Amino acid sequence: MGIFPPPQRVWWNQPIEKSEVMWITIAFIWALVMFFMMPYWHLVGEQNLSNEAYKIKPEVYAEKVETWAAKYTVREEGDTGIPVVRPPAGSDVYMLGRLWEWWPVLELEKGQSYRFHLSSLDWMHGWSLLPENINIQVHPNYEMIFTVKPTSSGEFGVICNEFCGIGHHTMVGKIHVVDK
Amino acid sequence: MAEFRTCPDTGFKIDLNADKLIKWNAVTAVVFLLIGGLFGLLVALTRWPAVHLLDADLFYLALTAHGLDVLLVWCIFFEIALLYFTSAILLNARMVFPKIAWIGYWMMLIGALITNVAVLRGDSSVMFTSYPPMMAAQDFYLGIILFAVGALLGCLVFFATLHVARKEKTYEGSIPLVTFGAMTAAIIAVFTILSGAIILVPTWFWSLGLLSHIDTIMYRVIWWGMGHSSQQVNVAAQIACWYAIAAILFGAKPLSEKVSRTAFLLYILFLQLASAHHLLVDPGLSSEYKIFNTSYALYLAVLGSMIHGLTVPGAIEAAQRKKGLNKGLFEWLTKAPWGNPVFAGMALSVVLFGFLGGISGVMMGTEQLNLITHNTIYVPGHFHGTVVVGTTLTFMAISYWIVPTLWQKELVFPGLAKWQPYLFGIGMGLAATFMMGAGTLGVPRRHWDMTFADSAMGFDFPAAANLMMGLNGVAAVMGSIGAAIFILNMVGTILWGKAKVPAAAAPAEEAPAEPNVTGAATSYGSAGTMEVPGTFVLAMIFLVSFVLYYFVNWKYLSSVWGLS
Repeated sequence: MGIFPPPQRVWWNQPIEKSEVMWITIAFIWALVMFFMMPYWHLVGEQNLSNEAYKIKPEVYAEKVETWAAKYTVREEGDTGIPVVRPPAGSDVYMLGRLWEWWPVLELEKGQSYRFHLSSLDWMHGWSLLPENINIQVHPNYEMIFTVKPTSSGEFGVICNEFCGIGHHTMVGKIHVVDK
Repeated sequence: MAEFRTCPDTGFKIDLNADKLIKWNAVTAVVFLLIGGLFGLLVALTRWPAVHLLDADLFYLALTAHGLDVLLVWCIFFEIALLYFTSAILLNARMVFPKIAWIGYWMMLIGALITNVAVLRGDSSVMFTSYPPMMAAQDFYLGIILFAVGALLGCLVFFATLHVARKEKTYEGSIPLVTFGAMTAAIIAVFTILSGAIILVPTWFWSLGLLSHIDTIMYRVIWWGMGHSSQQVNVAAQIACWYAIAAILFGAKPLSEKVSRTAFLLYILFLQLASAHHLLVDPGLSSEYKIFNTSYALYLAVLGSMIHGLTVPGAIEAAQRKKGLNKGLFEWLTKAPWGNPVFAGMALSVVLFGFLGGISGVMMGTEQLNLITHNTIYVPGHFHGTVVVGTTLTFMAISYWIVPTLWQKELVFPGLAKWQPYLFGIGMGLAATFMMGAGTLGVPRRHWDMTFADSAMGFDFPAAANLMMGLNGVAAVMGSIGAAIFILNMVGTILWGKAKVPAAAAPAEEAPAEPNVTGAATSYGSAGTMEVPGTFVLAMIFLVSFVLYYFVNWKYLSSVWGLS
């Protein structure tokens, strides 16, 4: 019984019952399958987050994004006053998180790959692209760069899913994906 | 000199110091379950779109308090009680350093109160995780540090008691499996608390203005060394309780001491390794680190859990078959005492922990699959599947045995107790399921308004997401009623319960087997015969569900935008 010392003092060389041996074997094989799925997906999968990142001061990042946005702004998003930025297909795109917005709005082309830069100017934020449901943790002082290839077109929301204060639930941005 | 009494039900020799400490820690735990549970109910009612109960500031306050009071305070107070129970009582030993145990108790209580006051004041709504650069009031961190040091003292008393019991030969041979499981929990707890100290002490200095900067990635790596490992303490403690309940109710012997202990050993070696589950989509960490860490090397800790998942019900099956419940695959199970809350709570928690908490945890802890779950409400769905319907339900189940036995009182509402595990387990199990469902649609966690009404741009979730958050609210109400019945039963029994009439009063089914019962269940060395076919079939059903669910999510991942 589990609440008493084992009745046989030498319990560690007792044979193991058959169903236990079978189960342990099966479970271990399954564990290996799950482990190797991750490197396997790095080789063949289309969805692997790059780990490229650089330390950067928030004000430096802000300036970089603003300069870039000024260059490629094509219009404003409705009456929000927020610029819609459409960079050349396949180029670098930037987004920043701050209390409480994702800035600017982007317009991308379907099927093109972009080098996507992401950082926060203040607190931690959670970049959540909907309805795709791609979620990335955004830190201040770190600029992360990954390649994004939109495979569907339409209007996508970017919400914040890391708590960032009282206005957290108002933090919504947008990405348009257009067919070429 | 330690004084003892003899337990009339079990024959255990009980050190009066241990007796008192177990009672105080357990009662305090239940009080915090009540407080934290109430906050949880408020959170669920706010996230129910049609109800949307609290204002934003109060919602974030309640959510911070909910996490702290149940995830940390309830679980750890109860675990300290379990540590004293599995050391002093199960080993018939004297408790070493009771004064230090009391200092630990008061540090934990005062620390918990300090942090609660800081949160309720409204200036520390930083969530349980308190990620910088968002800063809480300094006493928020101070309270947690005090609490952790108190818990560390409890662990030290446990280890000292084990050591002295061995030296004074209060038992023969090796420590019981349940004590071994508790020791696993305590070892992981020490690691957990040290990780917590490494990160929270500097964070406290930072809040006092003594440090200028806390690196956010460093914080998350080390904080989760505490945050994730603390959940492994819960898992180890809960599984020790499963073995204890199997032994107490059925006289079940482990199928193999070697296998079960090795599975606990896998926890010590690999389970606490992991913290990267929370960092899989963070910048600046390599994929090699992420894969190795998130998989506990080669999923060796998951292997440990899958072993316990077979051996706990397997031990019960073997014991039941020995008693003659041998018909077909499942007579041992259908004729189990489903009306006894000790068994019902434990059985439900084995199933729900495995299917809801276990499978989802491995899925979202996969490096790439985390992209489609990180910080969505899938995550709370997962950990309500582990900590609520796993750990909390198990602790409730064993309380139905510990409280009447230790206090020597009859349960005040035995009729309600019969239903309680089902109400709580199924209610919270559904809540976990609906949260996971909403998470797959991208509904965020820790979020006051998924309609984004105050936002300049807005985003519309599909109706199904709103529906599931509503159903989550309904299920949480059901679970809360279950929790309330549990608390009422425990507090009522302790305060107004009728004294047990010695010996004869022990209800037949729940009567713990006499300590001298040996060989009740199964003999070793029966390799060659399939001794637990029913459990094996159940385990295979679990495995098939696991495999299917795992690959369904890969399929889902393969359909989203390309990332590289």
